[in-house]
This record gives sequence, C-alpha cells and structure tokens, in this order.
Amino acid sequence: MTSGMRRTGTEKTMKAVLLISALASLMIVLLIFLFTMKEAMPAFREIGILKMLTDTTWRPGNDQFGILAMIAGSGLVTLGAVLLGVPLALGTAIFLSEVAPNWIVKIVRPSIELLAGIPSVVYGLFGMVVLVPLVRMIPAPGNAGFGLLAASAVLAVMVLPTIANISEFAVRSVPKGYREGSLALGATKWETISRVILPAAKPGIISSVVLGLGRALGETIAMIMVIGNSVILPAPITSNPLSIFLSRARTLTGNVAVEISYATGIHESALFATGVVLFILIILVNSSARFLMRRGVN
Amino acid sequence: MKRSTAVIIILSGLTLLGACGEAKVGTPAADGTVEDAEISVVGSTTVQPLAELLSEAYEAVDPGVMVTVSGGGSSVGVKSASEQSADIGMASREIKESEIQDCPELVVHTIARDGIAIVASLDVDIDGISIEQARAIFAGGLTDWSEVGGTSGIITVVAREEGSGTRSAFQDLVMDDALISAAAILQPSNGAVRTTVISTPGSIAFISFGYLDDSTKPMAIDGALPTAENVNAGSYPVVRPLNMVTYGEPTGTVANWIEFILGEDGQAVVAAEGYLPVTR
Repeated sequence: MTSGMRRTGTEKTMKAVLLISALASLMIVLLIFLFTMKEAMPAFREIGILKMLTDTTWRPGNDQFGILAMIAGSGLVTLGAVLLGVPLALGTAIFLSEVAPNWIVKIVRPSIELLAGIPSVVYGLFGMVVLVPLVRMIPAPGNAGFGLLAASAVLAVMVLPTIANISEFAVRSVPKGYREGSLALGATKWETISRVILPAAKPGIISSVVLGLGRALGETIAMIMVIGNSVILPAPITSNPLSIFLSRARTLTGNVAVEISYATGIHESALFATGVVLFILIILVNSSARFLMRRGVN
Repeated sequence: MKRSTAVIIILSGLTLLGACGEAKVGTPAADGTVEDAEISVVGSTTVQPLAELLSEAYEAVDPGVMVTVSGGGSSVGVKSASEQSADIGMASREIKESEIQDCPELVVHTIARDGIAIVASLDVDIDGISIEQARAIFAGGLTDWSEVGGTSGIITVVAREEGSGTRSAFQDLVMDDALISAAAILQPSNGAVRTTVISTPGSIAFISFGYLDDSTKPMAIDGALPTAENVNAGSYPVVRPLNMVTYGEPTGTVANWIEFILGEDGQAVVAAEGYLPVTR
C-alpha cells in the first residue's frame, strides 16, 4: 500500500518536473522575444517599421536606419549556400544510405558529424585565409574576394551536416518494399533511387533543407569575417547576373554583432529591431519546415 | 570581500546624486570621503588597454585603490560619466557638443593623443596622398590607384564600422562633410582592419598608430608620414585626443589617479605604448 502510494507520488512528481522542463524552453523563447521586442519598440515607433524594412540606407550617424540591404544580404547568402550546399549534402545522403558499403559509412558519417562540431569562428578563419584569396582570383572589376560567394561557400559547408543527416534519415526511412518492388520490376539501381526513393523521401529532404536555411540565416561570426560587411544592396558587378555573388554585403546577424558594442539610444534600439526581424524570419522558416514535415507524414 | 561590497554600495549611492540623464532611485550615501576605494572606468576600446596598464602602474603606487576598467565604446563612456554610473568615462574622440549640452558638468581630461594612420597594402606603389585625395578615396570618388599617381588597379577601401571612435575621429578629421563609402569593406576592430589590408592587394584603410607595423604601408598625408615626430612638429594632421571624462571636477581617489596619469610616470606608460604624451 505504502509502496504503491510512493510510486504514484514519484510518478506525479516526475510528471510535474518533466512538464516544467518542457515549459521552460517555451518560456525562454517567449521571454527572449518579448525582451528583444521591448528594446526594439523605440526604433519601430520613431523610425517606422515600414521605413526600416524598405529603406536601403543604414547610416546610424545620420539617423538613417534602413535594413533592406541586410535582409537582401542574409537572403542572398542563404540562397547561395543552398545552391552550393544542397547538391553536395543530398549526394552525401544518398551515397551513405543507398550506395556505400558499411565500412565507408563508418568513416564518412563521423567525419560529417565532426564538421558540425567545428566552431564557426574556425570556418571564418578558413574562409578568410583560403576562400577569400581564391574568390579574388575571379577576374572582375572591384572583386576583392570578400563577399557573398566566399560567405555562401563557408555556409554551404556549415549547413552540410544538418541537411545530409536529416536527408539520410529520410532516405533510409523509405520502406524496403519500395526498393525491392522497383528492382523486381527491372529498374536499375539509379532508376530506383531517382524515380522511387527520392520522391518517397521528398518531404523529409525538403524539411532538411529548410532547417539548413534556418541555420544559415542565424550564422554570424563566420559571415562577418568573409562577407565584407558593407551596407549595400548587393548588385551584379559585371554584365553577368551571377556576379551578384561577388558583391559585398552585410547580414542581419552581422549588423547586430558588428555594431552592438558601440551603439546607444535609437541606434541600439534599431539593432534590436534587426534582431526582431531576424527572429521572425527564422520562426517562419522553422515552422514551414515543421509544416512540410507534417504534410509528408499524412 | 565584505568591506569592498560596502564600498561599492557607498560608491553607487554617491553616484545617484545629481546625475545627468534620467533621475535614479536610491538611498543617499553617508557623507565622508572614501579613501580606500574602487574607481570604475568605462568606455572606448581604444583607450581601454592604455587605462588597464595605467591602473596596474597606479596600483603599485597606491595599493589601496582598485581600478576596474571595462569597454563599451566612446559613446558609452561619455554616457556613463554623465549618468555617473562610472567614475570615469573613456573616449577616443573629442566630446561632442551635444554631449556637453546634455551634461554641462562633464570635465574632459586629455590623457594622451593618438594619430590615425592611413595605410595601404604592401603592393601599392605610391608613398603618400593629399588629404583631399584621401577624402575622395574613402568617399568612393577616386576608385583607381592611377588617379593618385600609382599603377592602375582598383582601390579597395577598408574601414571601421559605424559607432567606432576611430571611424568617428577619421570622419571628423579627414572626411569633413563627405561620408565614408557604403561599399567599403567594414571590419569591427583595428586588428581585423589590418589583417584585411595585409591580405587584400590594392587596399587602403585607417588604423590607430598603435597598430602600425611592417605588414602594411603607412601613407604620408600631404607629405608627412604618420610618426610621433611629425605629430609633435604639427605637420601630421590626423591626430585625436584620448580623453577621460568625469562628472564635475574629480575629487579624492579619482583626482589622485588622473593626477598620476598626467604626471611623469603615467605619461611614461603612454609613451611606452606608442601613444603621444600630453605636455602640461
């Protein structure tokens, strides 16, 4: 009787402890958002949300606080990272789950996990001393190496573990029967992968890419080190539209990190507003990943 | 430990009296001077390393005093002194008129001077430019080295971020009303600017004298190379003061410390660190 009561007691306590732990993270997210929002309010009120979001000029010394250039910078660098990183990550995922013999998987997978563990400042250093000089070799007027291309390349490697791991999981979760059925019908291995397995794993793959996007949007220190941090709306520097990636830019995260230590008053508030915009962007990206994942299940 | 806590409480009580800016709620401190105390120094990251060395030197002279130095930038330094949240604010630029208007009680003590040098990467084959050319280059008007007498090649401008004291001083001393080009590569510290210049051919930037070395090429401005001799002779034009600001004339330990800095021993530390001493 007593032991039974004790068991119920422990059950209840544990349940409460677990609930509190779960609620704590929700509370923390809420508190961070509310605090950032509160600090950003003076900027939103004095400058105006619409003006901040649509103005490309950021000169705090002259009371100009447009963050459109930074939104474009963050968007383009993330797009570049997806263009460079997704094929690589998908190739890795398919290779590991469908093609590679076990002993190769045992070597490759830990090394991908190792990539995820490298501090971003180390990626930044690598980008600064290796990638930036490489990019500088592309002949284009005004190309100093610092810019979107170098930053996207660094980001592509940084999001590789996220996309590769989740995609590999999605590919592995495709029921064995699909493979066997396809092969039994006379399809080759590549036909099976491209026509049966990839379509079946598509929702998981898409959400892995979206989660990678979220990671890319939030990256800060490595970006500051290679992107040039100039507050300009990126534009192609030659007649080739792809040369937009040789343009310098600044990310939303970089804007906050570079200037916060000196900012006071409305400037400081505008940096918090930058944070709010980033926060909302990342919430949108992450919830669309959840949405896509759920749609895939149904 | 307990005593120092008490000192902090007393000090923070004192600082609540009559500060500029918003009024603060607090209990008035007991009267009487605190001889054995802590001095809080906040502000410019350019002055910070110098202030740390000066505080070490001073603690050897007067071990009863603890000087705590923290960064935050010149604007934060001035604000902290105005609001009396720190005993001393550090600023690596002139104090702005608007700041004096906000708090007329501020007293400025220039503890050293620092030149800002224009440097280029080592591949650049000219040795100097005029101040007008410098202004045009940093504003983005002159974009090729051939326009200032060098071998043809694009000029890559590297600058500090908005809010930096070095940038603000450069803006005032060199740029006048022109703005530093938005296309400039921005780096968040003197060290990062120098690293970028070293690795980027055809680049030009401005850095504090304290960061000059063989890895970049110092540019003469209107014929004067960035050296201490030229600053003292008055021929090098880009010089800014390193300031400490206090709320009202300093008294007690704070006054003693500032006296020490302006004296022979303090100025020896200033000179040893590559800054220019101030003569009284």
